[in-house]
Amino acid sequence: MTSPAKSTWAGVLRTPVGAGAAGLLAAVLLLAVLAPLLWSDQASAVDTGRILEGPSGEHWMGTDGLGRDIFFRVLVATGLSVGLALLATAVGVGAGLLLGTAPMLLGRRAGRLVTAVVNIAVAFPGLLLALFFAVVFGVGATGAVLAIGFALAPAFARLAQTLVAKVAGLDYVAAARIAGLGRLRLLVRHVLPNIAEPLVVNATIAAGAALLTFSGLSFLGLGVQAPLYDWGRLLGDGLSSLYVHPAAALAPGTAVVVAGLAFNLFGEAIAKGIGMRTTPVLLRPRVRSAPAARPAVTGEQEPVLAVDDLRVAFPGSTPVRGVSFALRRGEAVGIVGESGSGKTLTALALAQLIEEPGEVSADRLDFLGRPLLDLPARERRHLLGTSFAMVFQDPMTSFNPTQRIGRQLAEVSEQHDGLTRGQALDRAVDRLQAVRVPAAARRAKQFPHEFSGGMRQRAMIGMGMMGAPALIVADEPTTALDVTVQRQVLRLLDSVRTADDVALLLISHDITVVRQFCERVLVMYAGRIVEDLPAADLPARARHPYTRALLAAVPDMSTDRERPLAVIPGRPVDPADVPRGCAFAARCPLADEQCTSADPPLVPDEDGRRVACWHADAVTGLPLVAEEVRVGE
Amino acid sequence: MTTLLTGVRPPRGFTGNAWTRFAARRLARLLISVWVLVTAAFLMIHLIPGDPVRVALGPTASPELVEARRAALGLDQPLWLQYVHYLGGLFSGDTGTSVGTGLPVSEVIADRLPATLELAGYAFLIAVVVSVPVGVGMAVLTRRGRRRKTELAFTSTSVVLGAVPEFLLAVGLVYVFGVQLGWVPVAGRSGLGSYVLPVLALAVGPAAVLARLLRVETLSVLEADYIRTARAKRLPDRIVYFRHALPNALTATITVGGLLLSAMVAGTVLVENVFAWPGLGTTIVESIIAKDYPLVQGIVLVYGTAVLLVNLAVDVALALLDPRSTIKES
Repeated sequence: MTSPAKSTWAGVLRTPVGAGAAGLLAAVLLLAVLAPLLWSDQASAVDTGRILEGPSGEHWMGTDGLGRDIFFRVLVATGLSVGLALLATAVGVGAGLLLGTAPMLLGRRAGRLVTAVVNIAVAFPGLLLALFFAVVFGVGATGAVLAIGFALAPAFARLAQTLVAKVAGLDYVAAARIAGLGRLRLLVRHVLPNIAEPLVVNATIAAGAALLTFSGLSFLGLGVQAPLYDWGRLLGDGLSSLYVHPAAALAPGTAVVVAGLAFNLFGEAIAKGIGMRTTPVLLRPRVRSAPAARPAVTGEQEPVLAVDDLRVAFPGSTPVRGVSFALRRGEAVGIVGESGSGKTLTALALAQLIEEPGEVSADRLDFLGRPLLDLPARERRHLLGTSFAMVFQDPMTSFNPTQRIGRQLAEVSEQHDGLTRGQALDRAVDRLQAVRVPAAARRAKQFPHEFSGGMRQRAMIGMGMMGAPALIVADEPTTALDVTVQRQVLRLLDSVRTADDVALLLISHDITVVRQFCERVLVMYAGRIVEDLPAADLPARARHPYTRALLAAVPDMSTDRERPLAVIPGRPVDPADVPRGCAFAARCPLADEQCTSADPPLVPDEDGRRVACWHADAVTGLPLVAEEVRVGE
Repeated sequence: MTTLLTGVRPPRGFTGNAWTRFAARRLARLLISVWVLVTAAFLMIHLIPGDPVRVALGPTASPELVEARRAALGLDQPLWLQYVHYLGGLFSGDTGTSVGTGLPVSEVIADRLPATLELAGYAFLIAVVVSVPVGVGMAVLTRRGRRRKTELAFTSTSVVLGAVPEFLLAVGLVYVFGVQLGWVPVAGRSGLGSYVLPVLALAVGPAAVLARLLRVETLSVLEADYIRTARAKRLPDRIVYFRHALPNALTATITVGGLLLSAMVAGTVLVENVFAWPGLGTTIVESIIAKDYPLVQGIVLVYGTAVLLVNLAVDVALALLDPRSTIKES
């Protein structure tokens, strides 16, 4: 084995379960070797004067029908029980490997036949196969070893097939084949060593299963025959006298369970060690920074949504750090920023969809004039269910694959408006029509996988319109879609907004999309709004260096295609480790000492535009800056 | 998509075509499996090293008796003819005659099968009825690392219960409830009380395995986007968990449940022998030991067919639950 594999096995031994299982297994194996050597005489000593006695000082677990000591018999039986189980496993692994590698050794046609037979055999439970082979090989220990071995073989054949197929595709195996290595040598030299580890792990678990099956066969009288005895045999003999003398059945039974668990747990522990090597992530609490500036919520009309100092905290980080803004009826506002800037979490927080261990806090979070955070659960559910619509990023995964589309829309109205199933379905068809799903009545009966991506996203918008929405929050609604479909979906959102005076919060990393479909743009960076300005002011009047960098990174028709694409230098901030001062300072060409020492507040100007930058006034004159990086660097 | 092009109205979410193809494919697979099973059962006797009749009658039987028995069983004919006769017999419902009792095999099976079916059926029903709410409930309670201690207790209990083989559990149950407490009868099949222990012995292991699996599956489903959609619709938790999460968590559960049900069919053999249950399991063991090969053959066919039917049921259930898999395969 190579060294990383070794360290894995050592690592497994250091876990409590792994160490316990390994210790138990070692004890079982040691006992299997030593017990028959040490105590065979005591175990077979007949004492007709003391038949079926209970536990005593002389016989810890009493005696059996011939006055033999049960404790010693159980200990000695370890040898045969474990030995025969291992033998059966060896037969099973051997036969399985032969069958499993047959496709590789025998060539295509013969291999396929073997595979077909294995596929049928593997469907039958092991005990049934063992019974079948027990008939063929006859009653007795040898027959049982072969029977259980052959019963294990199909499963191992299947495993070997899968593993071999995986390895056979690797480059160096192909290279060895091209180099003219024979099939058998190829298998022994290059393939088997590479599949040894999972095979050994599975053989360990299979040995546990073989042990249990073997004791089952012996218990039924089909395995080990007198005068030999294993645990299954002892159990079968003891069962008849269970009323008089329970230890005679319970002791071998317990031994089987313990030994079986030892093999099983050890195998599982190793498998887990190989499969998922995880290191615990250390979480550390973060101190809350000073609250951000209050928004200037002005305007005659009551806003649909008013947010003040919204924060989303997880153990160890605060990815949204004080977001404040307001939305009027029918207004379209976009939130832009790189991934990880907190856009989506802000949307989920507004929708009250942040789950434990995430925590949402805000000085104010009013929807239609009602404080969401203080509303009783019932009222909040009804309010959000009828008036707050969400459109998620990936329409492929956002519908329940096991339910018809119409049903998924209809349940909104059943739940919140008390419609019957039929009425709700009618409304669902109506809404699907409204979002231009063709043949809506028929489509409503289909499952999500029968819809195209764009159609699903339209159905998702239709789902939001089942109630009477006052706000649609669309989180990257077109990212997962084809370019041609993107426009359609955005136009649909736009027409819904204008037709019903619905406010739209469009979250996107694409500043051009937002510029086109929104009246106002909020730019987010590291969990805060860094700039809030009318879309019409873009690109010329953007004042935050980050906004300008975002704009500069967008190629347009005038971009020189001979030159490399522009990107923003540096990396986005890790929400678990937000630096002191302005979070953008490390990537900002204008950063100075003030920027790295104090976080600039979000300050409104006389027109209501807001920006959080110490150098905001210096920026507008500068050209749009972004570093040029060659694609692929 | 095909529906759009052909304009065929899809029954239950399938295109008519996909359903037909699925049924045809699955039926073909079933027939081939049955043929392999029947052939294996036929060959079983011929694979026995030496002369099965000699083995059955013992070394002291006279050569004349052996020859007579061989002729009676048709074993003196060429192998292919025996195979043809065997197949022909199966088609006309003749599965041979039990050597031990002289009764037709089909009669013995008809007499014993109901007891076994009852045992397996009740056990599976109880395993499902217990494991579904427990598994989903545990997933909800222990989501995202909540209630670590509950999770640990549940996982370790279910691992241990799932690992104890049914016949040992049966012995334990007999000891505790039969011997120590004397609440229920421990042998035979008479009255409701006699069902309690055998059914429990068969049900506990699968229930533990299914509950553990359902918890893991539900946990991953609860992180899916469509669950977030369901929450965004402000549906009550009960509907989110049982209407939206559970059906999606069932795919793997039904697959494993099918395997467990097959294993339960085999498990009845052991459990019946612990409780002296008058079913097929006690009969097959008796007939293997008595070398009553026609009866063994017949019972092997019954068990094998039961397993094949369970697999068929699983595939149909999966296709109904997750129409995508059917479409994808065809």
